[in-house]
Amino acid sequence: MSVLFLLVPLAIGLVAVFVIAYVWSSRTGQFDDLTTPAMRALHDEPDATAKRAAR
Amino acid sequence: MGTSFTAEFEATAVAELTCAHCGLEAAPGEARSSDGALYCCAGCETAASIIRQSGLGGFYALPDRRSTRVEVSGRSYAEFDHEAFQAAHVRSAADGSAEVSLYLEGVHCASCVWLVERVPLIVLGAIRAELDVTRGVARLAWDPAQTALSTLARALDQLGYRPHVFRGQRADEARRAEERVMLTRIGVAGAIAANVMTIALALYSGFFSGMEREFETYFRWLSFVLVTPALLWPGRIFFTSAWQAVRNGGLNMDVPIALALAVGYVQGAINTWRNAGPIYFDAVGTLIFLLLVGRYLQHRAQRSAADSAALLGALSPATARVVEGGEIREVPTEAVLPGMLLDVRAGDTLAADGVVERGNSSLDLALLTGESRPVSVVEGERVFAGTVNLSAPIRVRVEEAGVMSRLGRLLRDVEDGARQRPPVVLFADRMSGWFIAIVLVLAVTTAALWWERDHFTALDNAIALLVVTCPCALAMATPLSFTVAIGRAAKRGILIKGAHALETLTGQGTLFLDKTGTLTEGRMVLESFEGEASVRHLVRPLVLALEQHSRHPVAVAFATAWADGPTLEAAVVRETLGGGLYGVVNGHAVIVGRPDWVRGQVQRESRAVREAASLDARLTPVLIAMDGEIVARVGFGDPLRPEAKDAVRELQRRGWAVSLLSGDAPEVVRSVAAALGIDAAHAEGSASPERKRAVVEAARAEGTVVMVGDGVNDAAAISAATVGIAVRGGAEASMAAADVYLARGGIGSLKELVDGALRTTNIIQRNMLIALGYNLIGVTLAMMGAIDPLFAAILMPLSSVTVVVGAWQGKTFPRSGT
Repeated sequence: MSVLFLLVPLAIGLVAVFVIAYVWSSRTGQFDDLTTPAMRALHDEPDATAKRAAR
Repeated sequence: MGTSFTAEFEATAVAELTCAHCGLEAAPGEARSSDGALYCCAGCETAASIIRQSGLGGFYALPDRRSTRVEVSGRSYAEFDHEAFQAAHVRSAADGSAEVSLYLEGVHCASCVWLVERVPLIVLGAIRAELDVTRGVARLAWDPAQTALSTLARALDQLGYRPHVFRGQRADEARRAEERVMLTRIGVAGAIAANVMTIALALYSGFFSGMEREFETYFRWLSFVLVTPALLWPGRIFFTSAWQAVRNGGLNMDVPIALALAVGYVQGAINTWRNAGPIYFDAVGTLIFLLLVGRYLQHRAQRSAADSAALLGALSPATARVVEGGEIREVPTEAVLPGMLLDVRAGDTLAADGVVERGNSSLDLALLTGESRPVSVVEGERVFAGTVNLSAPIRVRVEEAGVMSRLGRLLRDVEDGARQRPPVVLFADRMSGWFIAIVLVLAVTTAALWWERDHFTALDNAIALLVVTCPCALAMATPLSFTVAIGRAAKRGILIKGAHALETLTGQGTLFLDKTGTLTEGRMVLESFEGEASVRHLVRPLVLALEQHSRHPVAVAFATAWADGPTLEAAVVRETLGGGLYGVVNGHAVIVGRPDWVRGQVQRESRAVREAASLDARLTPVLIAMDGEIVARVGFGDPLRPEAKDAVRELQRRGWAVSLLSGDAPEVVRSVAAALGIDAAHAEGSASPERKRAVVEAARAEGTVVMVGDGVNDAAAISAATVGIAVRGGAEASMAAADVYLARGGIGSLKELVDGALRTTNIIQRNMLIALGYNLIGVTLAMMGAIDPLFAAILMPLSSVTVVVGAWQGKTFPRSGT
């Protein structure tokens, strides 16, 4: 059972990573609009915006 | 062979009848074809050719494309390039590009996102387009050196997405930033709460089945380490809020919460250190998370502060026609300055206050004053922004524009009213002061009672009492029930912006009703006809032929009432402003207009007209003369809504003092009051917006005031009332100022709203009783010292669960569809 001394901190470290990812995404406004990105993902063509920016 | 050919031919024929762009059926008369494809209209044809020329043919391969005919406004959007517009709405980036947010009409599907975001491939110089499809707002970035915003706007227009200025920018961004912070806090608190709970589960099962000492110590320390950031980061807001309340000499809901959190945390830390006794970390973590969720729900339901600048923009026209050096130029309303000369066509909305310099016309002042009848203006008279020019073109010299106009000042009143309104203290908040005081006294008593026996047991029991009486369920009961009720109401077309509206509506007080649009339909309808029955059929097509030539509300009312008759063409038509119409139809000389004007030209009256009883004061009389004799009198009125009388009686029965407060003529208001059973003393007419606000404020000094209205003229009064209710058909300003918006229109929903409010408050009180019941048991057990940490941990969330279920099951507003 002493493996818990290793596993639990590892799990908590993982939680921390996800919390940091969540805080970052929430602060950059990724939860502002939950509809449009889902629609955008369906379009398989390369993003026009990205192409234009690369030029 | 022959049959299969025919079948194939028929298949193509059917396919050819649908538009290649929008997929709708192409009517044979309007269909047009180019590049071997068939289109239903010119709009679709243009859009398709733009799409194909830009190499965006992939659009037609998308599943479920938007199937709406492309309707192009054809406007130049030149005002988008104007300096004043750019200063107000365009942001410049460091790399020289410019960015703007535009509201697009008609975006609702995936193909719209695809097309709008590919605008950079259509317009050279456009850099980026991002669409938020739920709100219909697109953020466009472009290079001003290569293209103009008007070019972008025209391209969007041609694709069928008519662009508009997005004005709520500032308020929208502030709200968004706030919501982001709240969501971040909830996420962090939730993650911590879930993990601490998992560890607590291990500890509790160890409590029953036994656990090695080293693991127990380990888990207790882990909980301590985990819960600390939750308290310091998301939980901090409870401490700051409680501290503020205490410093101002009051107690709020956050005081016991902060106290329970602090005491639970500190005692838990001490117990962790000495490795004995309960740790309260799981309770602390869950409490923070649940309370934050409750707050977020409450925040989302709250009214957003009205932004007067945004409202002004929504009410005044986007552009105005300025006369400069003999030429007429279209400029954005923001660019209109005092001293300019405006050209206002019939049907246009005035963009600024000023004096009529040339021309006579009649104006619709309903937006500003609530007056239902058109008012005629002559040269030299003052006119105001927001009013609509009805009959003839006029030239107006601008005196005040923008925020300085009467409309602008009125909207600032609205904003001030919303800001200055003292917050209504909800029942739960009033109670919480007492509740907190009692809990604190009990906790101290418990500690004192047990002190002599054992110091640690005394502290443990006192803390158990604080945790078990945690106002969590109490704090959740109110916002949750309100949120559920508000959600149900919204589905029934009643939009409630503040929870306090529901509570206030269960009480009694003064209820002011605006007449136009609220109690009445808000439009002119032909209500009475006096004349020979035979004359009616004869005169009907003749009058109709005349009235087709006018845009006056009376003419519109004639057209709606008599539309089913045969149509004739009038040979000569002359309109006299403030008088009526004269014309020759089918060889008959016909005069229709105001009684004094018609009597000035025709003396002879038919018997039916001479002997007709005097007309109801509510109605506007119009005389019809044919071939030198007045043959009929017609009464026009703004009819009462059918449900108005019942609704008023019901409200009176519940103890509301119902009064009328209208901008319409006093005799009209009195007649409406009589029809509704409202005492004449409580019916005030000719009330200006400023007067309405004053009346509402005066009544507020004596108690609760509810104001129901629809127009801009009611907006200031609505925002000054305890609860303001806006009715459909109303202006955006009154909606923004109101706490409740009745989307189905009319006063019928008002009764439903009051009923729902009553039921919601009942459910909240029931929930509070349940929560208090739990607390009573908990307190008794804690004071007896019979409570152990496990039991406290079960009892506390159990009360919350009961309250949540109670709020959800409560019958507040009928579920939609049943």
